[in-house]
Amino acid sequence: MRPGTGRNWRWLLLLLPTLYGLIFFAMPLLQVVRSSGFKMGPMTAAGDTVTCVLSFSLWQAALSTVLTLSIGLPAGYVLYCFRFPGRRALRLLTAIPFILPTVVVAAAFNAYAGPNGWLNQAWRAVSGSEEPLIILTGSLVGILMAHVFYNLTIIIRMAGPAWSNLNPRLEAAAQTLGANPWQVFLHVTLPLLRPVIVSASLLVFLFDFTSFGVILLVGGLRFSTLEVEIYRQTLSFYNLPLASLLALIQMACTLAFAGLYQYFSNRPVPLVPASERKAARKPDGWRQILGIGLVIVFLWVFFAGPLLSLTASAFWSIGADRGERGLVAAGWTLDHFAGLAQNRNSDLFYVPPLTALMNSLKFASLTAIVSLGLGLLLVYGLPRQGRWRSGAEILVMLPLGTSAVTLGLGYILAFNKAPFAWGSSPWILPMAHTLVALPFVVRTLMPAVSSIPADYRQSAAVLGAGSWRIFWSVDLPLIRRVMVSAFIFAFTISLGEFGATSLLYRPQYPTLPVAIFRYLSLPGAANYGQAMAMSVVLMLACAAGILIIERSSGFLAGEGGE
Amino acid sequence: MHRSSIFLLIAAALIFSSCQPTLPSEVSETAVLRVMTHDAFSISADLVTQFETEHQVTIEFIKAGDAGAALNKALFTAENPLADVLFGVDNTFLSRALDHQLFEPYASPALANIPPHFILDPGNSALPVDYGDVCINYDKSYFQQAGIPIPASLSDLTKPEYAGLLAVENPATSSPGMAFLLSTIAAYGPEGYLGYWQALHENGVVVVNDWETAYYTNFSASSGRGPQPMVVSYGTSPAAEVIYASEPVAESPTASLVGENMCFRQVEFIGILRGTRERELAEQFVDFMLSKPVQEDIPLQMFMFPVLSTASIPDVFTQNVQIPELPAGIDPGLVEQNREQWLQDWTEVMLK
Repeated sequence: MRPGTGRNWRWLLLLLPTLYGLIFFAMPLLQVVRSSGFKMGPMTAAGDTVTCVLSFSLWQAALSTVLTLSIGLPAGYVLYCFRFPGRRALRLLTAIPFILPTVVVAAAFNAYAGPNGWLNQAWRAVSGSEEPLIILTGSLVGILMAHVFYNLTIIIRMAGPAWSNLNPRLEAAAQTLGANPWQVFLHVTLPLLRPVIVSASLLVFLFDFTSFGVILLVGGLRFSTLEVEIYRQTLSFYNLPLASLLALIQMACTLAFAGLYQYFSNRPVPLVPASERKAARKPDGWRQILGIGLVIVFLWVFFAGPLLSLTASAFWSIGADRGERGLVAAGWTLDHFAGLAQNRNSDLFYVPPLTALMNSLKFASLTAIVSLGLGLLLVYGLPRQGRWRSGAEILVMLPLGTSAVTLGLGYILAFNKAPFAWGSSPWILPMAHTLVALPFVVRTLMPAVSSIPADYRQSAAVLGAGSWRIFWSVDLPLIRRVMVSAFIFAFTISLGEFGATSLLYRPQYPTLPVAIFRYLSLPGAANYGQAMAMSVVLMLACAAGILIIERSSGFLAGEGGE
Repeated sequence: MHRSSIFLLIAAALIFSSCQPTLPSEVSETAVLRVMTHDAFSISADLVTQFETEHQVTIEFIKAGDAGAALNKALFTAENPLADVLFGVDNTFLSRALDHQLFEPYASPALANIPPHFILDPGNSALPVDYGDVCINYDKSYFQQAGIPIPASLSDLTKPEYAGLLAVENPATSSPGMAFLLSTIAAYGPEGYLGYWQALHENGVVVVNDWETAYYTNFSASSGRGPQPMVVSYGTSPAAEVIYASEPVAESPTASLVGENMCFRQVEFIGILRGTRERELAEQFVDFMLSKPVQEDIPLQMFMFPVLSTASIPDVFTQNVQIPELPAGIDPGLVEQNREQWLQDWTEVMLK
C-alpha cells in the first residue's frame, strides 16, 4: 500500500462527482425514457433506417478519425517539440475552429472554398474553366474535411504535450544502441504515446460518431447519422419511442467503443520532472526543415484560410449599387462591428455584444473550473487499477455519446419541478456544459496522473509530506501541462457549445453563439455582416481565453510562462 | 504561490459576480407569466414593459426552437407545463396541437376584428396572430442580365432554362422547406406532387437542410453570393433586404415569385396552455398580442403580416413585398395525417 493514500478516505473524493452524475445525467435521461414509453408499434418499420444510419455513423466516424489522426500527430509533434516563428499563433489558430458554431464554419468554408469562394475564383482565373475546382457541400469529402477542421485540435492538444514530455533518455538510449530514427519512432516513441493517442482518438471518434451540425449543414440530404435521426424523430415527427430507441443504441455503441479502447490503453507514459524535460528545439537538417515546413504550410492554409475569409467577411460591405444596375460596389468597413452595438428597432430580445461576451466568458470559466475540479476528484478518487477503475473510465465517456436533443428534453423534464426547479437558473448551463467537458478533462488528466512513478510519492512521504503536500509539490508540477490542456478544453467546449444552449437557453442569458444565430436567421447584408462580426468577437474571446490560461498556468507552478 | 492566489481570486470574483445580479428575488411579489415562443419571436421592448406595468406582472419569455420544436416541447411537458401561453404554432402544425388538446379555449373579444378566413380553429383554442407567405425569392439582377423571364408558375421551374437555378430546403428539417413542399401538394395533389418533384430533381434543383445555408450559401443575391438565383424563403425577405442592407438602398435586390400556388400561406397562432395557473393574465396577454399596437409592431419585428384588419403596414413592406393573389392552402388535418408519409416519399424521389 502506498503511504498517504489510504483507502479509508479515498472514496470520499468520489462523492461529489457521483452526485453530479446522478443529478445532471442519470436523472434527466431516466425521465425521458420514462415519459416517451416503449411501444414497439412504430418501430417495426424503422429497422432498415436504423441499420443504414448506424453503419453510416460508424463509417464516416472511422474515416474522419483516421484522417484527423494522420494529420494531427505530425502537427502536434511540430507544434510542441520544435521552436519556430509563429508557433504560438499556429497553436492558437488550430484551437479556434473547435468553438465555432457549425453555421459559422459553413459560412467560412463557403467564403473560402465555396462555388464563388476565393479558391474557386482563383482556379477559374488560372484555368479559365467555368467548373469549380472543389465542391464541398453535399459530399463525403466535405464532411470529412469539416470534421478534421473541427477536431484536429483534440489530437494536437493531447498528443503534443505528451510528446514533448517524453523522457529524452529513452529515445537517446535507443539511438545509441543503433536504432535509426524510424525504428526509434516505431519501437520507442509510438508505444510510449499509445495511451494518449488512443484516448485522443476515442474522443475524436465519439465526436464524429455523434456529429450533428456538420452532417446537417455540409452533408445535405444524402447523409444522416444517429444524432441527426434522433433530432428528426424528436422534433419533426414527434416519434419519441423511436427517438429514445435510437438514443439508447447510440449510448450502447459509445459504451462498447469506450470498453474496446479501454482494453487497448492500459500502459502509462512515464513522465519526467520538468527539469529533465527536453526543451523544444530548433529544426535541424534540411529534411527536418522541409518536413516541418510542409506541416506548417498545411496548417496555415487549412486553418488560416477559412478563418481569414470569415474575418474578411466581417469587414466587407456589399454596397448599395447591386440590384437593378448590376454593379457591385463593395468596400472595407467597420460598420458591422458598430452595428452590433445598436438595437435597430428597440427589440426586446436584442443582445448587446458585451453582455453576450461576458455571459459566454462566465459560463466558460465556470464550466472549466467545475469540470477540472470534478475531473481531479475522479482521477484521484478512483483506485489505480482494477475493475472499478476500468468501469468508471468507460462510464465517464457516456455523455459524449448521449444525444444532445434527448438530454435537452431530459433537462426540461427533470428541472421543471421541485425539488429540482432550476430550469430558469443561469447556472444550469455550465452544469450541462460540464457534462460534455468532463470526458475530455478526465481523458486528458488520467494518462498523466497514472504515469507518475510511485517512488516519487513514496520518497516524499518518507520525507514526511502529507497527502496534500505530496499533491502540491510532486503531482502538480508533473501534471501542470495536462491540467492546462484540460482547462482549455473545458473552457472552449463551453464557449462554443450550442446544442444544450439552444435547448436550455433563456433569452435573459444570451451567449455569443446565440447572438450569432439571431443575426443569421434574418435576410439582409447587414445581418450577415454582423453575424460574421460577432463570430470574430467569439474567435478573439477564445484566443484571449486560451492565452490567459496558458500564461497564468506558469504562475501556478512558480515559473514565468514557457 | 503568491501570484497564483491572485489569479485564483480574480477567477473566483469573475464567477461569483455572474450569479448574483441575475435573480430578481425582491420582486417576487408580482406575478410571473411564462410565455413560450419559437426562436423567431420578437417584439418592441416598450410594448412589453407597458403590459408589465399595466398588469403588475413580469413576463418570462422562453424560446424553444423553431415552430415544430416549440410545439413538441410543449406537448412533451403537457403534464407539468413549462409556460402559460404558447405563441408560434402555425397551420402546418395546428392539428397536432388541437388533437392533443394542448390549449384551453379562449374566445377573445379581439377576434371580432379578425377576418374569419384566418380563424382555422372554430373552438378558439388557437387564435391567429399573424400570417406570411413562403415564396421563392429571385435575384433581380441575375434575371435581368441573363435576359430570361422570371418563372410564372410552378411548372415553369421544370423547364430547361431554369435548370440548376433553384435552391430549396429539406422539408424534413426546415419549416420553409415544408411549406414549399405543401404548396406543391396543394397544386398537384397528393398523387401528383411526386411526379412534379421528379421533374424538378431532373432539372437540377439543389436541396440543402436549412434556410441559413440555402439563403446565405446558395442564393446569389445574398452576401454569400452563391450559385443559385432562386431560393425558397419568405415573401417578406425582399423587405428585410432593404431594411438590413449594408448601405441604404432604394429598392430590394430580390423579389418573390407569386404565381398561382407558388407561395404557401402560413398563419401563426397563440394559445393558452392547458393547466395554467395564471389564466386571467394569460387571457390578457392574448388580447395584448391581438391589440393594434402589437399587431402594428409585428411586421418590422417578425417580418409577418398582422391578422388585424385595421392594423396599418409600414411602407417598406407595401413597396417591396409581392402579395400572391392565389397562395396555396391545405387542410391542417390532412397535413398532420400524412406528414411522415409525404416526407418519406419525397426523400425517396430526391435521393434517386
